[in-house]
Amino acid sequence: MTSKTEPKRKFRVVGTRPIRHDGWDKVLGRAAYGADVKLPGLVHGAVLRSPHAHARIVKIDTAKAEKAPGVLAVMTAADMPVAASQVLDLGEEVTNATYASDRVMARAKAVYNGHPVAAVAAVDLNTALEALTLIDVVYEVLTPVVTIEQAMAPGAPLVHDDLVGDDIGERVEHTNVAEHIRYEVGDPEAGFAEASTIVELECRLSRAHQGYIEPQTATAFWSQDGKLTVWTSTQASFGQRDALAGVLMRPVSSIKVVPMEIGGGFGGKIGIYLEPLAAVLSRKCGRPVKLVMERRAVFDATGPAPGGIVRVKMGVDDKGLITAATADIRYGAGAYPGAQINPASVCVFASYRIANARVDGYDIVINLSKTSAYRAPGAPQATFATETVVDEICRRIGMDPAEFRLLNASKEGDRRVDGPAFPRIGNVEVVEAIKGSAHYRSKLGPASSPAKKRGRGMASGFWQGIGGKSTVTISVNNDGVVSLIEGSVDIGGTRASIAMQAAEVLGIAAEDVHPSVVDTDSIGHTDLTAGSRTTYATGAAAIKAAEQVVEEMKNRAALAWETDAGNVRFEDGVFSNAVAKGQRLTFKELSGKLGATGGQISTTGVVNLRGSGGGSFAAHLVDVEVDTETGKVEILRYTAAQDAGKAVHPAYVEGQMEGGAVQGIGWALNEEYVVGDDGVMQNASFLDYRMPTTLDVPTIETIIVEVPNERHPFGVRGIGETGIVPPMPAISNALRDALGVRLTELPMKPGRIMAALKAQAAS
Amino acid sequence: MTQAPIAKAHVRCELNGQPVEFLADQHMSLLEALREVLDMTGTKEGCNDGNCGACTVTMDGRIVDSCLVLAPEADGRRLETIEGVAPPGGLHPLQQAFLEEAALQCGICTPGFLVAAKALLEREPAADEHRIRHWLAGNLCRCTGYDKIVRAVLRAEAEQPKPRARRSGTA
Amino acid sequence: MPTVFIAMPLRRFTGGQATVQVPGATLREVVENLEVSFPGVKARLVDEDDPDKLPPGLSAIVDGEATVLGLRQPLEPDSEVHFLPAIAGGADAP
Ligand code: FES
Ligand code: FES
Repeated sequence: MTSKTEPKRKFRVVGTRPIRHDGWDKVLGRAAYGADVKLPGLVHGAVLRSPHAHARIVKIDTAKAEKAPGVLAVMTAADMPVAASQVLDLGEEVTNATYASDRVMARAKAVYNGHPVAAVAAVDLNTALEALTLIDVVYEVLTPVVTIEQAMAPGAPLVHDDLVGDDIGERVEHTNVAEHIRYEVGDPEAGFAEASTIVELECRLSRAHQGYIEPQTATAFWSQDGKLTVWTSTQASFGQRDALAGVLMRPVSSIKVVPMEIGGGFGGKIGIYLEPLAAVLSRKCGRPVKLVMERRAVFDATGPAPGGIVRVKMGVDDKGLITAATADIRYGAGAYPGAQINPASVCVFASYRIANARVDGYDIVINLSKTSAYRAPGAPQATFATETVVDEICRRIGMDPAEFRLLNASKEGDRRVDGPAFPRIGNVEVVEAIKGSAHYRSKLGPASSPAKKRGRGMASGFWQGIGGKSTVTISVNNDGVVSLIEGSVDIGGTRASIAMQAAEVLGIAAEDVHPSVVDTDSIGHTDLTAGSRTTYATGAAAIKAAEQVVEEMKNRAALAWETDAGNVRFEDGVFSNAVAKGQRLTFKELSGKLGATGGQISTTGVVNLRGSGGGSFAAHLVDVEVDTETGKVEILRYTAAQDAGKAVHPAYVEGQMEGGAVQGIGWALNEEYVVGDDGVMQNASFLDYRMPTTLDVPTIETIIVEVPNERHPFGVRGIGETGIVPPMPAISNALRDALGVRLTELPMKPGRIMAALKAQAAS
Repeated sequence: MTQAPIAKAHVRCELNGQPVEFLADQHMSLLEALREVLDMTGTKEGCNDGNCGACTVTMDGRIVDSCLVLAPEADGRRLETIEGVAPPGGLHPLQQAFLEEAALQCGICTPGFLVAAKALLEREPAADEHRIRHWLAGNLCRCTGYDKIVRAVLRAEAEQPKPRARRSGTA
Repeated sequence: MPTVFIAMPLRRFTGGQATVQVPGATLREVVENLEVSFPGVKARLVDEDDPDKLPPGLSAIVDGEATVLGLRQPLEPDSEVHFLPAIAGGADAP
């Protein structure tokens, strides 16, 4: 790791690499994840899922299952309230309660393979699984709509008869296109007329799964007094609470969500799946009920990233300046609307200054599970098209890809295609970091055998992130250690990165802040751990709470020294009296005096940040070696540069960059949903859905760039997501360099590479 | 319809150095027995079909995916799980190295990696990076991109007291 | 006078104009004044059930930052207002 810093302020804790607070529990196997919940009287449940991607449910007969020994409760959609078609405004996400309810258990129609139709609670898991076989479901199988072309074809079967589409503000009935949005700036046609070079590519992308190792789980206890408690692994404990309230039609205050440790999410663990089913089963049998999803169901029935078709056209003048660009983005949302076409549209050209641009986005329903957020949701697919087009342009006009990006980079004050202007951003700096890297300056070197070819590729990426609501409570103990209570679920080390920000303000060591992640009854509203917001926004709340602690501590020091609070200084963790030399107390020493100066100190920091402060840019560089006889691609070297604003815990910033890059490498080369005409995924296991292993990837070299975020006291930017955006186009560009052919379809698996080479040889 | 109850298996084994006895359904996996019968939830389930390594334990010193082993097969065997990796009151050098190298993010894969890496180090205390990557290829991690895990294993190797250096073998 | 950027779906109310200058010291006043010049636009910018709120799924970006005050958001004379779909960050629906 190397670092470029714009020195602004001196940090003592921020920027260091302490051991994370939850580390011991996690390396000792003591940390309790969703499936580890044990409760008195706990029983187990199982879910019956539709084997059809599109089928009317004629009848469900559960009588036999209900009478089976050991079975405690059986439920179907008939046991769930008909959720009003209200829009649940969950802060950063908007959910239609009817769709949310229908998605977790089919009512009239199964609209994706794996769609739950019934669930059972029994004394143990095997009894529950046995009971599922006793449930008789009569389906009337309908023609599934599996591809985007099928969904948009005239006269296509409708996924939802009652879906009303929105075509740039116009209502459209009887359609599978839930929404068509458009952004336009300047005059694209006039811009293309000024261009001397125009490149257009159409890219096709498969849906790809987040691939978190921990399957979804939920344990619920619905007490006779109406209180519902849910233990689950979620990125959004408050979001789940509110969604459950909407689906079960219960007041939010009657529901408590207890977030357990979470085994990966990447956006896939925001929505509800098993939680309402466990809740209803618990209500019916009066016992706590645990549900754990099978891996097959995780693939079939949770939300991966959408696949789609993206067409990008870009023109440049003879100096290499972009004169115009257009994008047409079509994503398959799955069985309910919401394929992230808006963030895709915002991100597709974000790395470039383009005066004339138009972006069309289409949100299309098909008979596959509803897609969810997956790390920079919507951006990687759209950016794949932009960045491969940019690479083709560089080749046509003979310009270095880093130079082209620097020439055309979006900067502070430039407008995004959706209108708002960027504040200070690090787009130029990340490209410069790549340009200055040892990797960029290195020679590619000869291939390891005559049948192999080497190539190098570069790509940029952007993710905007969000701000939002967070709450942090800090209490000072008399030994100088503070406890920090937060509502942000910790997926990748945010206990540490948030505690460190509090420690920085308090002038104490990171270890002297003890963070706890608590349930929804025990802290003020805190938005989801997603949108690259946790270290940024919950960190800001921690800073605010810590600043209040310092203010109160100053008052206490003033009391102890019998002076005016205005005379008390606080610097580097030491309180001093400006008018009486020698009167000094460390944070720890003063903590010991709280009892005699008025008692305990406990403060709460509440923030509602209006945006992320510009987002985080990245540029990646990759060297590949391709075997032209087998189509196998080896990643030889990989460098990722990203703007972190200020890296709070650099090791976990690197971790996000490395993890994102490797997920992108998987999406680029192997990962895909292989779906039959029947709408059934044919590779729903980790054996056949092939994610990268230790052997598939090299060291990801990371360059943390620090262009401070003006909206955060320490300059922090959210960095969790951008890393997955550049890898796919970077690898396509490297393959183009190696082979002279352009791969436009993901994944770029050996068969596709061989086909492209064959086509090249034939032409 | 009545079904004759299937007799449960009586399993006696050594678990993390302690003798244990339990009853298990004939078709119960070792993973389920560990988690549900013996309350050892440190071993994780990621796929239940032998493709992720989250459930890795050792049986007579060899690493196995406990989801693929039937609990009755553990009879008479010596098992070690993540709960047995650390010495009392402390951490194994691998655990320490995982913490210092930030080799875990969500941590769900960590028990499997630690058990697998410990088995490697016991066999080949000087395994090189390539060998480590080979050995750990059966363990999936979706968060880290693996590099920090590999660094952590190398660091633990370097820091462990080495009775004898040995060249790494091949897979 | 604040500048309002008109998103594509609303440009048919403004005769295709992409930006308009509208007087108003709050977002509400701007919306009311927009309605005077471009009848019908208000119904797209105000929640049916709560006249203080934007419709669900829509956010107002004022001078580069999403408002958290809804239509009560105060504006500067040179403010720049965008009505855009709420960006769901890592979030999604349902
Ligand atoms: S749970 Fe055993 S290998 Fe995945
Ligand atoms: S740390 Fe999350 S899967 Fe490895």
